[in-house]
Amino acid sequence: MREIHDIHGGIHPPERKTLSRPGELRDAALPARLVLPLRQHLGVPAKAIVEVGDAVLGGQVLAQAQGVMSVPVHAPTSGTISAIESRPIAHASGLEDTCIVLETDGADESIRCEGIPEWQTIAPSLLVERIREAGIAGMGGAGFPTAVKLNPGATKPIDTLMINGTECEPYITADDTLMQCQADALVEGAKILAYVVGAERVVIGIEDNKPAAISRVTAAVQNAGADIEVASFPTKYPSGGEKQFIEILTGQQVPSGGIPADIGLVCVNPGTAVAAKEAIVDGKPLTHRIVTLTGEALGKPGNVTACIGTPIAHLLGDASLSAEERQRIIHGGPMMGFAVSDLDAPITKITNCLLAPTARELPPPAPAKPCIRCGHCAEACPASLLPQQLYWYARAKDHEQLSEHRLLDCIECGACAYVCPSQIPLVQYYRAAKGQMRDSEQEKRRSDNSRERFEARQTRLEAEALAKEAKRAARKAAAQEKAAQDGVDPIQAAIERAQARKIEQGETP
Amino acid sequence: MIAALTEQPLLIALLALLSLGGIFGALLGFAAVRFRVEGNPISEQINALLPQTQCGQCGYPGCRPYSEAITAGDAINKCPPGGEETIQALADLLDVEPQPLDAEHGTEKAPVVAWIREAECIGCTKCIQACPVDAILGAAKVMHTVIADECTGCDLCLDPCPVDCIDLIPRKEGIAFWHWNLPTEEAMPANIIASDTRTRDAA
Repeated sequence: MREIHDIHGGIHPPERKTLSRPGELRDAALPARLVLPLRQHLGVPAKAIVEVGDAVLGGQVLAQAQGVMSVPVHAPTSGTISAIESRPIAHASGLEDTCIVLETDGADESIRCEGIPEWQTIAPSLLVERIREAGIAGMGGAGFPTAVKLNPGATKPIDTLMINGTECEPYITADDTLMQCQADALVEGAKILAYVVGAERVVIGIEDNKPAAISRVTAAVQNAGADIEVASFPTKYPSGGEKQFIEILTGQQVPSGGIPADIGLVCVNPGTAVAAKEAIVDGKPLTHRIVTLTGEALGKPGNVTACIGTPIAHLLGDASLSAEERQRIIHGGPMMGFAVSDLDAPITKITNCLLAPTARELPPPAPAKPCIRCGHCAEACPASLLPQQLYWYARAKDHEQLSEHRLLDCIECGACAYVCPSQIPLVQYYRAAKGQMRDSEQEKRRSDNSRERFEARQTRLEAEALAKEAKRAARKAAAQEKAAQDGVDPIQAAIERAQARKIEQGETP
Repeated sequence: MIAALTEQPLLIALLALLSLGGIFGALLGFAAVRFRVEGNPISEQINALLPQTQCGQCGYPGCRPYSEAITAGDAINKCPPGGEETIQALADLLDVEPQPLDAEHGTEKAPVVAWIREAECIGCTKCIQACPVDAILGAAKVMHTVIADECTGCDLCLDPCPVDCIDLIPRKEGIAFWHWNLPTEEAMPANIIASDTRTRDAA
């Protein structure tokens, strides 16, 4: 039995998980139109390779990855491409981004998929390539390209693969449902990923508020005869943060600014493991995902398997949304999610939950009051930071102090804001400060580059001017030398020639 | 001789002081030559804070000349591309009061890059000669183009262009450049006393 460690801080918000009945999974109805953003992952957006009017089949590549930090986008079903344009997407900014619009034809025809059931015979690097081609990006919420994660480089040997089935955020039950309904695929996926990264051990960690998932996964591990450990640990938010999860199960801390691979670990979401299994064994790209539809404003909350690109309004209609006045729809959970401004926006590879709360259930945030320096935030911070100091420095835009106080180690979990008696939106301060710091760092790099180029140009211009001057002097010296040799001054001769010509022209006008 | 000196304490003191002065003077003289600083370190630090747009809006031909002018005592609020942030940084560095941006030299705008409408370009190379950071690529009688990553958005290429085919387009637009803003802090209820709340409710 594995020793379970505790993390600093953390909170126990009401879980509200039973609302969406974890363990029951249904298929969402196919919408008439799918909207597929080219940027569904962290990194460089994919590039569309289809054109308006093209007929496509399910599983066909619509947009290709651009470089290493990118993944392709596939058609979830058959239909016709009706537009490639800017559309509202589910993003905290409310801005639009380029999307491929697919009018579905209802036939749901797919290209033929060729899987590799005997994946043990294939080189890991080929399997990583396969995972990249299947368009898999971390499905827990960050959307980090999985192929990049599985390839930490020869200098970072991996000994343990960790599957993070914590799902600590209230309301969300997508991973819980996935672990209950697709436990066998999860175990197979875990085996594949362990083979790919060369891990000797595999641990699936699940919070103890999901007993059904724990028993289903344990049974699946026994059935498969796999050497996989299923560990459960006490429920606390945010145990599912990658660094927190690793500390709970191993007692080790990921170094500040580092990645788990630095201490020999790779950590993935169960959804990612299942997607990897489907990509390798069944040859299917990532085109569907499980989404939790929940909140008291929904008549039929629950977990659905939906095509990526399904408009949010369609899914909520499917779940019988009875919208209140100024109904808020939250993408993600109540702690880390954001309000969606346009319900025509589609779900993406990272959408694990759509929350439609009533105003009574999740009242809009009260206006912030001044900080009373109670220090509750520092007690709640799972990264052992000083949220109050960070708050002051974020307001003062003191970037030097912010990095001294390790703002970049903040996981934006919202525990500090949750316990704040003054309801200060602390996380928003940190997010804004992080954005400003990233911005000014980029500007700094740009301006250093410009300075170098400006100075290089100045030197070049000076050198050119000097060279010109030297050439002129050389010519003058040569002319004088010639004059001394011939006894004729060439300048004087030229002046005389010109005068002679003038007189000639004057005589014959 | 020593005996003679001991009888003259004044002379001893004078000699000791003189020799000390000589030793330290030599030391200082040596240090001044050996550890001589090339250039002006303050002007270097100022230049590092300036945005390096090289646009000349400050009235000097580039950021380095302006940084030298500031060292010589010019105002720190003449750089519109740097804006309030640069003024604040300069004020911190020089330990002076920050001043608002001098509107005479321009206003703070969102960053831009130059963009050549290539179909209209006649290939005159005038913009290439005007560009302070060599960010325009092209040759005589062939189309020119801007290397967007190197362009500082200084707008010095706009005036020389005889066919007006250069636009300035926003450099930071779209989701990739978006980040959260700090929360607005106007309505801090702490500024309201109980009676205010009542009158506000009544209104």
